[in-house]
Amino acid sequence: MEPIIHIENIHKHFGKVHALRGVDLDVRKGEVVVIIGPSGSGKSTLLRCINRIEEYDAGRIVVDGIPLDNAKNINTVRREVGMVFQSFNLFAHLTVMQNLTLAQRVVRKRPKDESEKVALNLLTKVGIPDKAQTYPIQLSGGQQQRVAIARALAMNPKVMLFDEPTSALDPEMIKEVLDVMLALAKEGMTMVVVSHEMGFARAAANRMILLDEGLIIEEAAPDKFLASSNERTSLFLSKVLHM
Amino acid sequence: MDEQPKLKPSGSKLAYLPGAETVARVDPWWGLVVLVIGLTVILVTVRADPFWDILKFVRDGIAVTALITVSSFALTLVVGLIGGLGRLARNPFLHGIATLYVEVVRGIPLLVQLIWWYFAFPTVVQQIGEWLNISVIANYHANPIFTAIMGITVCYGAYMSEIYRAGIQSIPKGQIEAARSLGMTHFQSMRHVIIPQAVRVVLPPVGNELIALLKDSCLVSVVAVADLTRRGREFMAVHFNPIEVWTMVALLYLVMTLLLARVVAWIEKKSHFER
Repeated sequence: MEPIIHIENIHKHFGKVHALRGVDLDVRKGEVVVIIGPSGSGKSTLLRCINRIEEYDAGRIVVDGIPLDNAKNINTVRREVGMVFQSFNLFAHLTVMQNLTLAQRVVRKRPKDESEKVALNLLTKVGIPDKAQTYPIQLSGGQQQRVAIARALAMNPKVMLFDEPTSALDPEMIKEVLDVMLALAKEGMTMVVVSHEMGFARAAANRMILLDEGLIIEEAAPDKFLASSNERTSLFLSKVLHM
Repeated sequence: MDEQPKLKPSGSKLAYLPGAETVARVDPWWGLVVLVIGLTVILVTVRADPFWDILKFVRDGIAVTALITVSSFALTLVVGLIGGLGRLARNPFLHGIATLYVEVVRGIPLLVQLIWWYFAFPTVVQQIGEWLNISVIANYHANPIFTAIMGITVCYGAYMSEIYRAGIQSIPKGQIEAARSLGMTHFQSMRHVIIPQAVRVVLPPVGNELIALLKDSCLVSVVAVADLTRRGREFMAVHFNPIEVWTMVALLYLVMTLLLARVVAWIEKKSHFER
């Protein structure tokens, strides 16, 4: 079966830094892939290349059969790919409801009442239907991130990208966000997740990937990956798991 | 006996202080506006000669000053937005044009610019008309109010461009990334996400520009526009009473600027939001 995300020999430079040095990756429909790696390894950059929020210098990415090679295709792909950021990035001047309906109305051209219905359903799904009329600043970090997930889901994406979704959260709020992500994974959403939450990876991932210095070092199913004999994998895991 | 004052958030991060909201609701600086208006009214009624005569004489000048201020400012907002977006454009041509405009205009005194628009610009147009042999253009005569509004707009538009540019740049990059990741085009992201937030950021400096523009509008009095300042000078030329005339003119400007400052403060408060 054709993979829903096909990444071929991607290269990316930041000035003199060669951040991605020829990464190949295929993600199948319904698969959950968790990417880990030390800071500066290129994992966020790789994720951001999938919807071309980050430009890449060489290589080819095809999402759901659409190559990311011109502005029209890129916008089509972005409509099908939801993204959740470390810093939430909710629209600060809009209420939660408006955050969820803006792109539905502007991009999907859905009428107001329909987009509000979609939004309210998703807010119920992420557990905060009562916050529809509040502004992002009035919410806790965990609530903001759940709104951000709902905002992405409102576009009915085929793929969801998560860029360290829990790294900016206080410990007691991490679980409420991971629970939403777990539920999403169970529903069969295709997900690519950059995160060091090993509990989530164990519970939801089909595949784990270690990225270091812009290259994939190892990829395997979580049970195999976590028991890896690869020197760099086990060294990194020992740091993440505080062993 | 635990009658502690309740510290609850009042819509912001500040603690709630009993009574603080009712006190803060009335902007105390309205008092100054009332004071200056009161002083003006007293002068006009108690010493009608010459203050009432001055006021009657310059009131059409007040209207001209208001007209020039409001129309130049409205145009400045548009020119500034275009200039600011140009300064941020990735297209090197657009960026170059906008930067050249800002740098050149900011380097020339407003008075010199106004004189150029009034004396030089019409002649330039006439010569172009002669060269093209089009009599309508060759016989072009400048309307002083039009050239004044044009001159102020061009000058203040440059400053406004920089304010808009800084305001747009102050919005975190994550906002536009989030908008683009949802499939919005660059234009849609600017229109629905970036500019509405930038507008709130630039309100205080834009308000300052409005007040500065009102004061600088007195420079048009040297290019044949009968604004408040020019009307004051005309009155003095006849009656030769500088103390009364210029005190009255100063008071009238002060009433206008203080009123504007309050309106600006009120709009700022209305549109405030926290990030």
